[in-house]
Amino acid sequence: MDTEQDKNKMREQSVVKASALDLTFQTNDGPVHALKDVNLEIGKGEFVSFIGPSGCGKTTFLRCIAGLEQPTGGEISVNGMTPDEARKARAYGYVFQAAGLYPWRTIGGNIKLPLEIMGFSKAEQNERVTRVLELVDLAGFEKKYPWQLSGGMQQRASIARALAFDADILLMDEPFGALDEIVRDHLNEQLLALWARTEKTIGFVTHSIPEAVYLSTKIVVMSPRPGRITDVIDSPLPKERPLDIRDSPEFIEIAHRVRDGLRAGHIDE
Amino acid sequence: MRGSFGPILLILAGLVALWYAAAVQMNVKEVLTQAERDGAVITPASAAERRDAGRWGLVFGNLEHLGATWSSERSRLPAPHQVVAELWDSTWVEETTGRRGIVRSGSLSNRSLVYHGGVTLGATALGFVIGALAGVLLAVGIVYSRVMDMSVMPWAIISQTIPIVALAPMIIVVLYSIGLPGLFAKAVISAYLSFFPVVVGMVKGLRAPDHMQLDLMRTYSASKSDTFWKLRLPASVPYLFASLKIGIAASLVGAIVGELPVQRGGLGARMLGGSYYGQTEQIWAALFVAALLAAMLVWFIGWVERRTLHAMGVQP
Ligand SMILES: Nc1ncnc2c1ncn2[C@@H]1O[C@H](COP(=O)(O)OP(=O)(O)OP(=O)(O)O)[C@@H](O)[C@H]1O
Ligand SMILES: [Mg+2]
Repeated sequence: MDTEQDKNKMREQSVVKASALDLTFQTNDGPVHALKDVNLEIGKGEFVSFIGPSGCGKTTFLRCIAGLEQPTGGEISVNGMTPDEARKARAYGYVFQAAGLYPWRTIGGNIKLPLEIMGFSKAEQNERVTRVLELVDLAGFEKKYPWQLSGGMQQRASIARALAFDADILLMDEPFGALDEIVRDHLNEQLLALWARTEKTIGFVTHSIPEAVYLSTKIVVMSPRPGRITDVIDSPLPKERPLDIRDSPEFIEIAHRVRDGLRAGHIDE
Repeated sequence: MRGSFGPILLILAGLVALWYAAAVQMNVKEVLTQAERDGAVITPASAAERRDAGRWGLVFGNLEHLGATWSSERSRLPAPHQVVAELWDSTWVEETTGRRGIVRSGSLSNRSLVYHGGVTLGATALGFVIGALAGVLLAVGIVYSRVMDMSVMPWAIISQTIPIVALAPMIIVVLYSIGLPGLFAKAVISAYLSFFPVVVGMVKGLRAPDHMQLDLMRTYSASKSDTFWKLRLPASVPYLFASLKIGIAASLVGAIVGELPVQRGGLGARMLGGSYYGQTEQIWAALFVAALLAAMLVWFIGWVERRTLHAMGVQP
């Protein structure tokens, strides 16, 4: 197998690098340690899942990568730049938990939103809309309004929006959290296919152990108060993952390890 | 829709009945005095006793003399059919057969409510446009500038606590004396009343986008103007229309109030003129035209709203 080599290559090109990252929110009830001493490296082309109980800082960490939150200590770099610079260089697309499509724009119009802001030409916009809609399996829905789509389709459209301007990194905060299991399975399969095709680096927040294990090349287990990383698991699963891989012994073993990591985080308290 | 006509008619009938009853009660004294002058015997006989007697007592003591309460020329409260007749006379009849009517003279008669309604409508429209524009601009300032947020809002609120009837004559006099046309003076008062609901509604509308939507814009490194034109403004549209409906009704009130101090046409001038000369029918007729105008204006805004939201793809 060539995974060992692959991994070495990834390490050489680290996309996100956080060292001793701290983030403390000053609230009326005193300081909240959302992140404490977080060290993590994400290589190019990796699919990294963040899993942990509510309030452990998953969202906060993702927002730090995106430059939406300013760390109070430590270092974080994205593609060798500060998160702010990386954002201006269009390094990443962000997918929020809710699709957040603008109801007054068609699906095509919503995908054009970042393209308009970034100043792509009209022809280029149209061409990209067609391309990303195909990528998320929504070809032909360009002229529909968000309310005419199901929740799962809306979320796919919001992923298409994040893909439209060719960012190398895709940051996703529980994108499928509000969807039922069957739709979710389907979207997970599609997401893997999309990842394989586009070779993007993906940061993915989830509450679901099977989802994390199924999707990721690396699983980051976190625990709360203060928010910190308790375990980082490199998945030995192959890149090609049919849905029934979830019944394989390797899969079950990793799932166990994740569960143990989560439990250990809780006992710590 | 169709099912609601029954109840509406029922309520209307009730109101009309109540009005007729009130007309009897309100007009009874004058009608009886007149009847006595004409030689009828009224109970009680002396004027002093009548003064102390309740109106309803007079009504039930003199049932045979009450006919005139629904037809007297100068009643305190004209009966509905008198108002309707006045409405008809001062619109259709005046314009088609009157010496100064449009049919004979080629221009609207200055004694017709069509003309006066038009005058008021013009001032309302101008005032509304000024007020709505000012309201939107102030709201944008309030949302984007902390200084304006803290300074403008209190003044806007104070401005609305000053009774407009006290302020209107001063504004009119000042604007007239510096030579501005009357239409403009009325429009200023109209704008003064209509900008406030627009400010309040637009501030709320421009602040309607939630954190997630604003963060999304940040991930695109969107400029302030992009965020305004592509997110805040479209998100504020439903709020804008809600406040425009209130604003246009306030504009009409403002225009009418602005017409009170100067007798130069308009529904307000008709109302005040009617009360000078004790012509209550004229007041009521003008009042109904004003109400009709308000309904039409609000309906018109609603129509534009439906068209706009439809064009924006909002779920029907
Ligand atoms: N803007 C903020 N101000 C104050 N405290 C905050 C803020 N954002 C997050 N926190 C706190 O930081 C901690 C981590 O929050 P975060 O949203 O990152 O958790 P999470 O792991 O994403 O949780 P969940 O799974 O529920 O989404 C929580 O205790 C939260 O209350
Ligand atoms: Mg979260």
